[in-house]
Amino acid sequence: MRHGVDQHAMQPGASSLTTLVRAWAPVLACLLLAVVLQMVVGPLLVSAGWDFAAKLLLDIGINVILAVSLTMVNGFTGQFSIGHAAFMAVGAYVAAGIVYYGSFRLFGSAEMAGGLLSSAPEGRQGAWLTRGDALFGLSILAGGVASAGCGYLVGLPSLRLRGDYLAIVTLGFGEIVRVLIQSQTTETLYDPEEIAKTPLWQLPKYLGGALGFSGLPFYTSLFWVWVFALLTVLVAYRIKSSTYGRAFLSIREDEIASEAMGVDTTRYKVRAFVISAFFAGCAGALFAHTVGVQLNAGELGFVKSFDIIIMVVLGGLGSISGAFLAAIILTILPELLRSVSEYRMVAYATALILMMLLRPQGLLGVREIWDKRTWRWLTGSRTRKRGGS
Amino acid sequence: MDGLAVGSLYALIALGYTMVYGILKFINFAHSDIFVLGAWMSYTVALCAGWPQGQPTHIANWVLFVLVAVGVAGGVYALVGRLRLGKIPSGAWTLLLVSGWGFSAAGLVLVARALFAADQKLVAGGVILLVSMLTCGVVGFSLERLAYKPLRKAPRLNVLITAIGVSLFLQNVGQLDWMFGTRPQGMPALLPDKVLATFGGTPGATAGSWDVQPIQVRLLDVIAGGTSIILMLALDRLVFHTKLGRAMRAVSFNERNAALMGIPVDKVISFTFVLGAMLAAAAGFLFGQKYSGLGQPAAAIWVLLGLKAFVAAVVGGIGNIRGAMLGGLLIGLAEMFVKAYQSPAVVDIYVFGILIFVLLVRPGGLLGRVGVEKV
Repeated sequence: MRHGVDQHAMQPGASSLTTLVRAWAPVLACLLLAVVLQMVVGPLLVSAGWDFAAKLLLDIGINVILAVSLTMVNGFTGQFSIGHAAFMAVGAYVAAGIVYYGSFRLFGSAEMAGGLLSSAPEGRQGAWLTRGDALFGLSILAGGVASAGCGYLVGLPSLRLRGDYLAIVTLGFGEIVRVLIQSQTTETLYDPEEIAKTPLWQLPKYLGGALGFSGLPFYTSLFWVWVFALLTVLVAYRIKSSTYGRAFLSIREDEIASEAMGVDTTRYKVRAFVISAFFAGCAGALFAHTVGVQLNAGELGFVKSFDIIIMVVLGGLGSISGAFLAAIILTILPELLRSVSEYRMVAYATALILMMLLRPQGLLGVREIWDKRTWRWLTGSRTRKRGGS
Repeated sequence: MDGLAVGSLYALIALGYTMVYGILKFINFAHSDIFVLGAWMSYTVALCAGWPQGQPTHIANWVLFVLVAVGVAGGVYALVGRLRLGKIPSGAWTLLLVSGWGFSAAGLVLVARALFAADQKLVAGGVILLVSMLTCGVVGFSLERLAYKPLRKAPRLNVLITAIGVSLFLQNVGQLDWMFGTRPQGMPALLPDKVLATFGGTPGATAGSWDVQPIQVRLLDVIAGGTSIILMLALDRLVFHTKLGRAMRAVSFNERNAALMGIPVDKVISFTFVLGAMLAAAAGFLFGQKYSGLGQPAAAIWVLLGLKAFVAAVVGGIGNIRGAMLGGLLIGLAEMFVKAYQSPAVVDIYVFGILIFVLLVRPGGLLGRVGVEKV
């Protein structure tokens, strides 16, 4: 492994209070930052006439979740998953079904019932979090859990399959999920009485099928997106510097050697899949409820999966901050290139190929922004040379 | 019959995947785009040759322009090399080769035109097939030289990403206005088609039910299946019975040792790419004939077709040429049965279901061998 030992790891003898603070302070910081984004940065951007930037910030957040969660499988563990969008689709449809039909069942309509931390200003109610937000938050988690279940299923074949074959299975899984959703009935129920009459277990049939699931309330706001984005980064960071993470990294570096050292490689691979799928499911749930999105399984096919992989590889496999940066760049870049719309994708593809030819390890390689070595590398002051890397 | 025809087309595409995987151990995602290019090239060439149907595309002028440019560049480079080094550098040979190749394709277009004028439509169709195979061969060759060769030593994941990049590039360049444009076109019927024979089936059978449908043997299916089987047999002979084929297998077995034995590894790899691209082009041509609507170059259906062919390669055991043929036929047949007895919408579920099932039962594919991992 090429990572320096993390200096912030738990020190022996720390009191339980310090432990508690250390454990929860970053989580609180994430929450706080998300609230600031929602209550200060968002309105500022809108009042400055940059509504577009606020929307972009949403997309960036969702892509950050996707890229960082995929980093855990592709980057840390060295497995190759090309079905990440399928996890997203599972989370999106589970959450969308819960929010849409749940709103009808509980509140009588699928109108927005969000609080201050929700997206649309006109639908807001007084409190910070309202019942609508509670439903939305729970449905995100439900989407994540459902997706994690699928992650478990996909991870299981890794008992027998290695490398490319596992990648192909993830691809196949992704296509199966997409086609399953698309081949369902294209109806969506929108009559409250009819919905109240339909038994609960029949509702999952009416998810819009190939036409897409329309009429979802747009709950997704800067707050929700960035809470999950920051938490994903936090979790990824903590995993990376824990025993779990070291097991993941050891599988990436040499599977046989790590098995010889007592790492249960199969179990760890499945775990990586489950954790990563959970966050992808959350991202899908957030994506489904974004303004201007009509949830359609056709968009969550392998093309989307490739997009996410490109982010991860461009950022540097195994680098959390690299994935973060790449997610930002690759969300903004297509928008910047919109003026030359016809050549946009051509330029994008060329940039990708050139990047692979000229800087194959990605932007940051396996390093992180916060590594001291990275700063030395950026500032060019090489006091101590290390061989090899 | 449909299943056999489609299956043999899948097999043709799958061969390209499997050969590249066998040698370089990476999934060439751009392969499906070569296949699409083959279909579009045959469309374009057919128009150039004088088939009356459809909107012309502007690509012909550009192709000629590029060919002339490459040829001139190669010539200048060769001249400079001759004067300064006393010999012609290999890069110049490459450029000249590409250009000459292209010009012979362009010459064949004229031949096709003459044949069309002389009302020899079937022969003209064959020539068009040849042209589109040649063009795709050139494209495959250039791709390998420009994009993949510099990455020979890079981690496999990077090569994979590059392949995705190349695939995106081809799709989007193909959609530019001066190439094929974004509108779907109708493919002119280059090959004759009629029902040759009908037999079997429950009287009064209706589609979609469990009644046994009458089997129709269509001429087009016979031609498509026949052409692909001839191509596959030729390939089989090439790989297993010639010196070049032995070199290919040696490189696939162990690149370094093959190089030590005096096999020109780079040339063999290039040749493999060209071969795969040509087979894909043939499949594109035949596919265009069978399903005459041409979607835009990036349409999901094309990519999905490529993916299914890839699935076929994996099911048969990737890296194994005969496995790819078997897998292709299997997938094609399965697809047609599902289409006939269930709904066309769920076909993909079965295709990928077969994939996962086969991989779980036989992780190396049907005919593949599972290598024991050594430290």
